[in-house]
Amino acid sequence: MKPTSYALDATFAALADPTRRAILARLATGEASVAELAEPFDMSQPAISKHLKVLERAGLISRGREAQRRPRRLEPRPLADATDWIERYRRIWEGNYKRLDAVLQELKDKQRRTVDALVDEGKPRPKQKRRTK
Amino acid sequence: MKQPALKVTTPSERELVMTREFAAPRGMVFDALTKPELVRRWLLGPPGWTMPVCDIDLRVGGKYRYVWRNADGREMGMGGTFKEMVRASRLVATESYDDHWTGGETLVTTELVETRGTTTVSTTVRYATREARDAALKMGATKGLEASYVRLDELLTA
Repeated sequence: MKPTSYALDATFAALADPTRRAILARLATGEASVAELAEPFDMSQPAISKHLKVLERAGLISRGREAQRRPRRLEPRPLADATDWIERYRRIWEGNYKRLDAVLQELKDKQRRTVDALVDEGKPRPKQKRRTK
Repeated sequence: MKQPALKVTTPSERELVMTREFAAPRGMVFDALTKPELVRRWLLGPPGWTMPVCDIDLRVGGKYRYVWRNADGREMGMGGTFKEMVRASRLVATESYDDHWTGGETLVTTELVETRGTTTVSTTVRYATREARDAALKMGATKGLEASYVRLDELLTA
C-alpha cells in the first residue's frame, strides 16, 4: 500500500497531539477499551473518544469486534510510513555527524597544539608550570 | 565516548527538525558547517560516497553547490542560496536537488547555541509543499516495518 498525501497529513496531524501520542504508546502494549484508555489521563470518556476518532480517521487505530468493550488496537502501517521517513534521515545524519565529531576533535587538537607552541615560544605561561623543577 | 543522541522530530506537516550536541565551541562548529575543506570531510551521506564538488560563497545572497559521487560513478548534486547569515549562530539557505526528488526547493534553517563549550545544532528542514514532503517520504518508504516498530517509543515520547 502506497501512502497518499491525504493519509500522511492525517497521520502527522494525529501525531501532533501529546495525548494522542500517549494513547498510541499505551495501545502499542496491547488493545484497550475507551474506559481503560480514559483512566490514566484524568479525562472524560467523551474527551478521549474525540481523540480516538482523530486517530481512527488517520487509520492509526481500529476497533475490535468484541461487542461490549469495542477495544481499540494500534494499526502499525500508517505509523510505519511516517517513521520510515524519519528513520532514513536519522541513519544518514547519524553517519554525517559522527564524521563531524571527528573533524571537530581534530580542530580542537590543532588549536591546543597552537596554544602550546605559543607557550613554548616564551609567551606567559601558568605559574605552576614555571615552578616545576 | 558515546555518541550524543540525534533527535529527529516533525513539529508540523511540512517540517522536520534535527537536533544534536557537539563537544566544541560554536565558532568551531560553524566553521565545520561552512568551510568547504571541512564540509567535504563529513557531509557524505550513505557509505561509499565522496564529495568532489563543495563550493560555498558564505554571505547573504551567496550560492553554494555540492556534488556527491559514489563508487559506480553515479552523481547527485544540489545547491541553493544563503538567505540569512549570522556567523557562529544562524544560517538560513534554500536547498534544491538536481533531480528534484524532494519535489522542489526546501528551506533549511541551522541554529547554533553554546553552553559551557558544548554546541547544540538544530536544523529545520521546511518543504515547500505537501507534495514535496511526500516525495521525500517516498524516497525513504521502504520495508523497515520492524525497525519502525523499534523506533515507535522514541517517536511517541518525542
